[in-house]
Amino acid sequence: MIPPILEARGISRRFGGLVAVDNVTMSIPAGQILGVIGANGAGKTTFVNMVTGWTQPSSGSFVLNGRDITGLSPRTIARLGVTRSFQIPQVFLNLTVAENIAIAQGLAENSVARLFQSIGEPSRVLGCEAILDRFSLTHWADRQVLELPQGARKLLDIAMAMTRRPMLLLLDEPTSGVAREEKFKLMDQVFAAIAGLQVTVLFVEHDMEIVARYVSRVVAFFQGRVIADGSCDEVLAHEEVREHVVGRTWVQRGTNA
Amino acid sequence: MLTLVAVVTDGLTYAAWIFLVGVGMTLAFGVMKILNVAHGSFYTFGAYVAATFVGYWFAAGGAPLASFGLLLLAAAIASLVSGLLLERGLLQFLYGRDEVVVALATYAAFLMLEDIVPLIWGLEAVSAYQPYSLLGTVSIGGLTVNLYDMGLVALATVIALGSWVILAKTPQGLAVQAVMHDSEGAAASGINVGRVYLYTFLISAFLGALAGAATSPMVSVAPGIGVEVVVISFAVVVIGGLGSIPGALVGAIIVGLCRAIAVNFAPYLELFAIYGVMTAVLLVRPNGLFAAPQARKI
Amino acid sequence: MMSSKTHLAAAVVQSNWKLGHQGDRLLVPIFAGLVVASFFAPAWLLSNGAVTLARALAVLGLILMLRAGLVSFGQGLYFCLGGYSVGMLDLVGVSDLVLRVLGAGALCFVVALPVGFLLRRYRGLFFAMLSLAFSMLLFGLLVRSQTFGSTDGFNVVPTTLFGASLAGQQLQRVIFIAAATTGLICCLLTSRYFDTVVGRIAPALKDNEVRIEYLGHSGLALIHFEYTIAAIMTGFGGAIVAMAIGHIDPEMAYWTTSGDIVFIAILGGHTHVLAAFLGSVVFELVHTVALWLTPGTWRLILGAVLLLLILKLPEGLWSLFRRRA
Repeated sequence: MIPPILEARGISRRFGGLVAVDNVTMSIPAGQILGVIGANGAGKTTFVNMVTGWTQPSSGSFVLNGRDITGLSPRTIARLGVTRSFQIPQVFLNLTVAENIAIAQGLAENSVARLFQSIGEPSRVLGCEAILDRFSLTHWADRQVLELPQGARKLLDIAMAMTRRPMLLLLDEPTSGVAREEKFKLMDQVFAAIAGLQVTVLFVEHDMEIVARYVSRVVAFFQGRVIADGSCDEVLAHEEVREHVVGRTWVQRGTNA
Repeated sequence: MLTLVAVVTDGLTYAAWIFLVGVGMTLAFGVMKILNVAHGSFYTFGAYVAATFVGYWFAAGGAPLASFGLLLLAAAIASLVSGLLLERGLLQFLYGRDEVVVALATYAAFLMLEDIVPLIWGLEAVSAYQPYSLLGTVSIGGLTVNLYDMGLVALATVIALGSWVILAKTPQGLAVQAVMHDSEGAAASGINVGRVYLYTFLISAFLGALAGAATSPMVSVAPGIGVEVVVISFAVVVIGGLGSIPGALVGAIIVGLCRAIAVNFAPYLELFAIYGVMTAVLLVRPNGLFAAPQARKI
Repeated sequence: MMSSKTHLAAAVVQSNWKLGHQGDRLLVPIFAGLVVASFFAPAWLLSNGAVTLARALAVLGLILMLRAGLVSFGQGLYFCLGGYSVGMLDLVGVSDLVLRVLGAGALCFVVALPVGFLLRRYRGLFFAMLSLAFSMLLFGLLVRSQTFGSTDGFNVVPTTLFGASLAGQQLQRVIFIAAATTGLICCLLTSRYFDTVVGRIAPALKDNEVRIEYLGHSGLALIHFEYTIAAIMTGFGGAIVAMAIGHIDPEMAYWTTSGDIVFIAILGGHTHVLAAFLGSVVFELVHTVALWLTPGTWRLILGAVLLLLILKLPEGLWSLFRRRA
């Protein structure tokens, strides 16, 4: 029996009197693409922060591929195979895209000796080029990230998260800040880029159309609790989800997963 | 017994002195998030103007006790001039820039002001020692204690209490606190942040000048007295934590007592005291004694 | 595919933090020129020159940390330790130049390990002020210490080289060449370092430390490493000053010494290793001219220059060359 990639067992997070995440238990099998939906403040980002070690849960535990990772630092968790992208892309704004990738790639290798290699060393450059190519960032290579539009920054953020070839990739609102018309294109590029790399993906998203198109399973948060967990159609038809998350009159239009 | 009295009086006097010296920088740092290296210049100007006034006063045969009022007046004038010069002439153009850049700019201003002082007053020391002996001495446990030193302690107490009252109980003080905690939020709720900055800075200048003026009867006022004051003020700011005035007070007392103990038992550790306390405090509380823990945000 | 590969390699290497190899090509010629010139210069000029080079070493160390966004206001600590290590070796009868320089580096390494461990957690103003505190700690200890001459400091036994005793112009020339050699080695190594992956982490860390953490690494170890290297280089500088002047005193640990080092870093800029040396030379010139013209107002001039630099030329003098390149 293959263990799920990630198990959350009774995860809660309290900030003083406020309960941000309330006794969440869920299990993510390998290779799944899971969407997490919920209104602002429902606990989605706090949950992601806890998985990656940025915040410690007040109670409960996380098990990654059979190993308890509760309480570990983001650094250690990244090394164990969980990486993420951010709502506001956490990239090196003043460096070029190529440098961003080169540094991410250099840090992804767990060899101190390799770190002392020249950054322009041919095999390293080839590796960077491959990543840039995969994420359609080649034509941005020598530009400072500051010059990049939001969509390209998001791609860079995700590309950097992928340099470690993680088991589990967490995307925190990957299309936020991206123009409506560009959202599908961006997500198409993302999923094309990670295809074949055997990554389990959890992504937090507000836009239901995006969710409907790319995921096989949806988890809905409301006030820190999971109120629905199942296939896209099931969850979006769920009474409470329609009440608190999606809106009663929401009707899924256009393309179907 | 004598030693105990000596340690306590020495300690409190020194604590009062460094509190007076550093409270102005603490205030500026807490409210404006600016590390004003030129704070040492306020001290220097305060001391020089005070010594000059007092010198003329006694030469003209003025009433001795009125010289205390002169010290206050000197501090007010010195701080108004130098504070306005610095804030309007330099700082107002630097708000919002990186904190280290601003600190370096104030360092540059300090260097410049260090040379302006002897241009005005010359290189010779100025002394106006008369007020120091005016209050007489008192004997505590066999030790002769100068009441002027105790006056410093009283002054420090007044300022500490006064700042607490003003910050917590007056509308202006509350506005300053609002700016201290969240300048953007304060601006959004209608507070004129620019004006708060200006007045805070002038008050911090006054406090620095007052420290200089109050010290002037105790020392020989010569070029360079402000240099040591800068580092001591740094230490006060850091020990107290992110511009906390109560923190500065507690920190000053700890340093004062440690130094007094060192002076009486291990003199080679005297200068070590303030920086040793600073290092020790930061080892235990990385952001200073009274700083709120910083929340990281994504 | 070939052209895009070389294009990419160029893109990776050419960035904010690398001037290209142009500046590096100047290193050996400048060194050679200095060595040749040293045979014709009078002793006093060589002494000043050595001090200028020594100061530049401290600035080079500071530049290393500036890239990570850390302004140390306490390089004086290691400058002073380097100088006093020479004195300490005197006490055991060692006066050899090479041993003195290496000894300074060793002492600074030993001190930087624990101090760096504490400092590496801090950023911004707290880093600056805490580094200053350590420098003042040393100052306080030395001023009160009779063994090391208190505020007067003490004189240093004339340097020897592999047993041979030196004097006059020859002594100063040897020290000067040693300073230039140390400078050359440090510059070459540092410049190479800037070109490695690890050397690029510092500016990334300055940019976004959170990201580094999420990429699986702690910025703390890197900062500690660079802090230690900076300390060692500054220590070399301190030893050279002690040998060139023949005297050391606690003033080297006073915060104003560290302030001068910061000033030079801003003056020269921090985009290339040679900027440290450019800054040090210009500083020495400005200082000397200002002292000569208006002895009572050289600080006024210094302060005005610093202010101008901060406001108008934040990348320092070296950035003027960059625009041409």
